[in-house]
Amino acid sequence: MKAHQRKLDIRNGCVDLSHGSGGRAMSQLISGLFHEAFGNEWLACGNDQSAFDVGAGRMVMTTDGYVVSPLFFPGGNIGSLAVHGTVNDIAMAGARPLYLSASFIIEEGFRFSDLRMIADSMGEAARAAGVYIITGDTKVVERGKADSLFISTAGIGVVPAGLDLSAGNARVGDRVLISGTLGDHGVAIMSKRQNLAFETEIVSDSASLHDFVASMLAAGGKGIRLMRDPTRGGLAATLNEIAQQSGLGFQLQEAAIPVKPGVAAACELLGLDPLYVANEGKLAAIVAPEVAAAVLAAMRMHPLGRDAAEIGEAVADDHHFVQMATSFGGGRIVDWLSGEQLPRIC
Amino acid sequence: MKYADEFRDKEIAVGLAKAIRSEADPEKSYRFMEFCGGHTHAISRYGLEDMLPKNVRMIHGPGCPVCVLPAGRIDMAIRLAERPDVILCIYGDLMRVPGSQGASLLKAKARGADVRMVYSTIDAIRVAEEIPGRAVVFFAIGFETTTPPTAVMIRLAEKKQLKNVSVFCNHVLTPPAMQNILESADIRNIGPVEIDGFVGPAHVSTIIGTEPYEFFAEEFGRPVVIAGFEPLDMMQAILMLVRQVNEHRYEVENQYSRAVTRDGNLRAKEEVSDIFELRDQFEWRGLGLVPYSGLKLKRAYDKYDAEVRFDMNELRVADNPACECGAILRGVKKPVDCKLFGTVCTPEAPMGSCMVSSEGACAAHWTYGRFRDHQQRRAS
Repeated sequence: MKAHQRKLDIRNGCVDLSHGSGGRAMSQLISGLFHEAFGNEWLACGNDQSAFDVGAGRMVMTTDGYVVSPLFFPGGNIGSLAVHGTVNDIAMAGARPLYLSASFIIEEGFRFSDLRMIADSMGEAARAAGVYIITGDTKVVERGKADSLFISTAGIGVVPAGLDLSAGNARVGDRVLISGTLGDHGVAIMSKRQNLAFETEIVSDSASLHDFVASMLAAGGKGIRLMRDPTRGGLAATLNEIAQQSGLGFQLQEAAIPVKPGVAAACELLGLDPLYVANEGKLAAIVAPEVAAAVLAAMRMHPLGRDAAEIGEAVADDHHFVQMATSFGGGRIVDWLSGEQLPRIC
Repeated sequence: MKYADEFRDKEIAVGLAKAIRSEADPEKSYRFMEFCGGHTHAISRYGLEDMLPKNVRMIHGPGCPVCVLPAGRIDMAIRLAERPDVILCIYGDLMRVPGSQGASLLKAKARGADVRMVYSTIDAIRVAEEIPGRAVVFFAIGFETTTPPTAVMIRLAEKKQLKNVSVFCNHVLTPPAMQNILESADIRNIGPVEIDGFVGPAHVSTIIGTEPYEFFAEEFGRPVVIAGFEPLDMMQAILMLVRQVNEHRYEVENQYSRAVTRDGNLRAKEEVSDIFELRDQFEWRGLGLVPYSGLKLKRAYDKYDAEVRFDMNELRVADNPACECGAILRGVKKPVDCKLFGTVCTPEAPMGSCMVSSEGACAAHWTYGRFRDHQQRRAS
């Protein structure tokens, strides 16, 4: 007897509570939708876990949750974002990402067609990044108990021998590099928010950065002290975090910080500062002054780093301030964000 | 960004800074208050203080509507939002404004109150149309700039015959507050207010025009220069104020002539005076009760007045006695002179009005300028 009597009606159907109940409907959803989208040998085994070989050396592990609203935005959706975000957390250690897990919390009534699109772009993003989604979970909750769909992930990667990127490595005189324009992701999301929709050509920068990181490491080697991806809280939060952890301060040059005119205009209109707006395919790197030029050149050679720039340097400062010379000619602090600027941005 | 970058040009700024330095008499001190939070923000955001000579000092005024909203009015709004039949629509920056005992609309929302962020009064109308079974109250705040949109909202509710729309009115007026800064009874306690001139509001003046400041300038003998919110507007306005002081003039001058006229926006003024009337007094956080400084809906619009409709009781909450906002707002003290500044009062947990939004004097100094305190300490 065939296990599944009727195929999933992807076009018109939607998720109901039976798809999370552990019964036949759930198994059908997993094999008919997720396995197809993620397609790999581990999932095909159908175990509750996946086994893989471990090489010698250090590994990194990360976990992340995705609650972005809206689920679909210019330049991606919650699925591709989940893969990129997890891969990037691994990549910031200089590590090569290997395997991901993905857990789906779905509100009943969520359309199969949307779920298929999201799963497909997860699969696509994973294949493009050379990682595999090897284990997962599906839960369905009653209407009103979750907003459409939440995804949570974990990721594992391996660190090249001898590499140890950490805020503790930063020294006075180190240079601050960023890989491109700031605020694209946040503005792309905002432009599609209910009540706020505005016309813009800005698309999310959501992208996997590990390949880009590898080319930076090849150029800068041990001169690269650490890297971070400035997601929520933007570059401001990232640099304040690094300042606290390294015991240093930073002096930035506003004029050197790349921001797309469309992003600047949207921020102007909404009363936001691009330094605080989220990015999903950018990184900030603290590098030794002697390798800064070489690393910057390597960044600019890569498609993800065409707008890379050196924007400031680490300075001695007992207060760990991030200070900035404004393009107008004055000075100011770039402080932590207080409160919430944009909820559910990733 | 076209039409914005032109007003942020470094070269022109350097020229204006040079002119201010050469025209300001080194023997004299020039203390100017920028009334508006928008100006405070521009000063901090662009670091204008670094471009002014030491004897030209900017004092950050009370012109941030979120900051001056008293805790009692927030408590009233929270009580209202806790009613199951009410949806409270608010501008987002009200979410974190502290009421009494650490309460806020954000916390009320987390506990189940239906508080929704809107970007315009039209959004609130939309909510009312979508959910006819519940009462939609718009928490109206702001100076003369945001009052006309509230008037439009009431007109729309009338036209669409929406029975579930009302307004919790907290609109305040600029000229009475400017006057209060110079002549309030509190001054006896906090010491003489030394302000040599005012940078007048930008957006407010597009509505009310420059005329309402004429009495003020004449009566108090202080120059007023209406200025736009761009950093070059500010620099030019400061130069104009320096010149007036040097020439012993106290006139109303209009730097923001690209947007402001003497009469203002007649249509908007008409709508506002049709619907609103003066309150005898209104409480300002940091300034206390200021006579004739707030608006309420006229009797004829009672059915749109949430205070009438829901029989809201006026709540008063005393400011923290250690809080120096009153003196800081009048330029008698600086943020660092307040014991609470940066200790128990921070942007994350504001106690006084000046710390509530980034346009407040203390929050602006904390967020953008506190590195200067350390520089000064090092230098001395």
